[in-house]
Amino acid sequence: MADEIKIPMAESGIDAGAEDPSLAVVERTAAEAAERAGTDEQVMTINMGPHHPATHGVLRLVVSLEGERVLDVRPIVGYVHTGIEKSCEDKSYWKVIPFVERMDYLSYFFQMEAFCGCVERLLELEVPDRARYLRVIHMELNRIHSHLVWLGTTALDLGAISMFWYCFRERDRILDLFEMSTGQRMHTRYFQVGGVFEDIPAGFAGKVRDFCEEMPERVDQYEALLDRNEIFLHRTKGVGIVPRERVLELGVTGPLLRAAGEPWDLRKVSDYLPYGDFDFQIPVGTVGDGYDRYRVRLQEIRESVRIIAQAIDGLPEGPFIADDRKVVLPPRDELGTSMEALIHHFKLVTEGFRVPPSELYNPIESPRGELGCFVVADGSAKPARVHFRDPSFVNLQLLPEMCRGGLIADLIQNLGMLDPILGGIDR
Amino acid sequence: MPDAPGLELIAQEINAAHDGTVIETAHERGTATLIVDSERVLEALRWLRDTPEHEYRFLASVHAADYLPGEPRFGVHYELLNMPRVERVSVKALLADPASPSPATSSASPAGVSGGGSNGVGTLVLPEIDSCVELFPTADYQEREAYDFFGIRFRGHPDLRRILMPEDYVGWPLRRDFPIGGEPVLFTHNEAETPHWYE
Amino acid sequence: MRERQLRARDLLRGDLEGVELEEYVEQSVLTTRLESMQAWARANSIMPLTFGLACCAIEFMSMVTARHDLARFGAEALRASPRQADMLVLSGRLSIKMAPVVRRLYDQMLEPKWVISMGACSSSGGMFANYAVVQGADKMMPIDIHVPGCPPRPEALLHGFNKLQKKIRGNPDLGWRQRYNAIGTEEWARVEPGSPSAEALAAAKRFSELEPYEPGVSSSTAAGEQD
Repeated sequence: MADEIKIPMAESGIDAGAEDPSLAVVERTAAEAAERAGTDEQVMTINMGPHHPATHGVLRLVVSLEGERVLDVRPIVGYVHTGIEKSCEDKSYWKVIPFVERMDYLSYFFQMEAFCGCVERLLELEVPDRARYLRVIHMELNRIHSHLVWLGTTALDLGAISMFWYCFRERDRILDLFEMSTGQRMHTRYFQVGGVFEDIPAGFAGKVRDFCEEMPERVDQYEALLDRNEIFLHRTKGVGIVPRERVLELGVTGPLLRAAGEPWDLRKVSDYLPYGDFDFQIPVGTVGDGYDRYRVRLQEIRESVRIIAQAIDGLPEGPFIADDRKVVLPPRDELGTSMEALIHHFKLVTEGFRVPPSELYNPIESPRGELGCFVVADGSAKPARVHFRDPSFVNLQLLPEMCRGGLIADLIQNLGMLDPILGGIDR
Repeated sequence: MPDAPGLELIAQEINAAHDGTVIETAHERGTATLIVDSERVLEALRWLRDTPEHEYRFLASVHAADYLPGEPRFGVHYELLNMPRVERVSVKALLADPASPSPATSSASPAGVSGGGSNGVGTLVLPEIDSCVELFPTADYQEREAYDFFGIRFRGHPDLRRILMPEDYVGWPLRRDFPIGGEPVLFTHNEAETPHWYE
Repeated sequence: MRERQLRARDLLRGDLEGVELEEYVEQSVLTTRLESMQAWARANSIMPLTFGLACCAIEFMSMVTARHDLARFGAEALRASPRQADMLVLSGRLSIKMAPVVRRLYDQMLEPKWVISMGACSSSGGMFANYAVVQGADKMMPIDIHVPGCPPRPEALLHGFNKLQKKIRGNPDLGWRQRYNAIGTEEWARVEPGSPSAEALAAAKRFSELEPYEPGVSSSTAAGEQD
């Protein structure tokens, strides 16, 4: 078994006996980049290691430079690989929910929705309307939250440090809303298979409406800081342009694809949640540079505010979770009176519900692109395979294309505009 | 997704163009799946991508699954998307595990080769399938991930090496027979096995 | 105020003597040991390393921001280079690929240095008991404060930070095991290490006098037990 280690590495040309296998990657990157550039100049290979002030998470970049020009960028990931997909195979379906929400740790509601939606489709379980609207509200709040953190950290990288404080001020307001409805700021495990865990408390709707009234002017404030800021414009305009066809070939989705000019948003074309009931627009860019990506995301915050306002006004009455006692826990007041409810509760908590053998891929639109959840069910109470098609993982393939030929300072900007979340990339 | 008759039509047309490619179709729960022969995956994908009425030009995901104890053991799934018509089609290729004691009886012929390598050390027998990176460049990282977790070798991949595990890791973590790892939870009844753990 | 000015003028002239001089000195001079002063200064000017692994990093960032301001405790200057920082906050799950990198970062920091293990994942592996996560960062580096939570609220992390400050100043909070003289997983307080407490003895006696459970034997025959 120990001999097998030599073979995969030898095939890919890495010297297994080397002290640090990743150094071999570095050397190979340098050699290839020099060859490609056809230059006799000294190619400098630097390692922007997993710990760096400008990386969003533990992303390691091996950059080949000729002076300040970037010849090639090779990302090395896996530094926060948590084995979530393997852990999920060991847990019953509702226990998987806290695991999967910690993958892309800024869009936790989206991961929950992808997984719960997948299992609901496998079970052919119908989710009540109130639950679907509540899911939309929480997911759009989470989208705003994710874009705010993105804006704060990206502006911090580019030097506009004040933005970080302003964005996190709003983010704390959103987290107050989450705490009010779900009890926890992050990683709320609010979505369950069949609906949501609990109904929203009294006063939540009022607070959400207040938030929706105040948020647009806050976005105006952010735009006033950055939109016509000369340094910001110099750094982002015309930087990191990749043609739209190449972006599509690389499988990139989300704001990056929309900034490149392709009007593709799964909220408009799929009906996994009642987005069709709301009136909102999809911002699409023209040039596909860093400035377009920034404008697209900022406009998406505004559109999400519109969606939330419409959803909270049109919130239908009704149950907040499906009625199927074989899948969903019975309400607690029934446990005292009904023996059947007690038995269902017991079976669901100890063993969990069973899903008939089948498999399904369920894609949704997360703040970074298409988040797909693939579940293989084998008839038992535990999933046989849970895989997430994470948007950041696929979008990371765009980074070398964006950075080639640019300056190293542009690489920092491109990395910020790419919005990678290493928890999602590494899972 | 194409509806059930549409899916059957696609399967027939692919089999007319490249005989024996599509083994089976499945249409359930709102998804359309084509189960193809693992040696002919590229033909099926190219047909789906290039044929004028079925231009599934966007590969959303390439992922693998381990169906142990089912046979054949590994499945590689391709999720294709036609953006203008918003139609999704899944293509599934089943691979047997060539290292298992009783070779698979499925129609997918195992192509296990002994990886002699330049050091000539040991034989690493891995299931193989063609890589679709030339057709869909997005498959680059995703095939590396399937290789990293399941040990499925993608022939023709420009740079097949581990992506999420450390480069010198031994084993294919997401296979079903790989242990989940971790440590046992300490209780009073088993803490004697770990003396002085609290210090 | 005027009186103080007059007294200061007298001191400078050399006119204060005896009791007046001693009183003046007592009111204007602070005496302490050098170590205490050094510890106080260190505790109030910690420079954390900007290091974030996963979800806890976002809550760490929000501890630094305006609502749960870390700057009021003197730790505003977050440094990116480990050579310039003295506190490492392990915020997030420590994967096996990252572990040598973190150890190298810790080694690059200069003494005195402290580590806060933020969250369940870095304290004990958290919910991820699998092949990929180090089950507790204290397997590979010394940790001063563990902050529980998944992720811990910024207020919880601030509480942990304050505990670290107390520890630096030289009067650390006792862990509950020291406070109750407990050993291992036991929760009963011992009077002195090695001997069980009176309650523990009484509970053990009660349990030893219970009849063993036989299925089918009616529980009324075992009446009279306390619980």
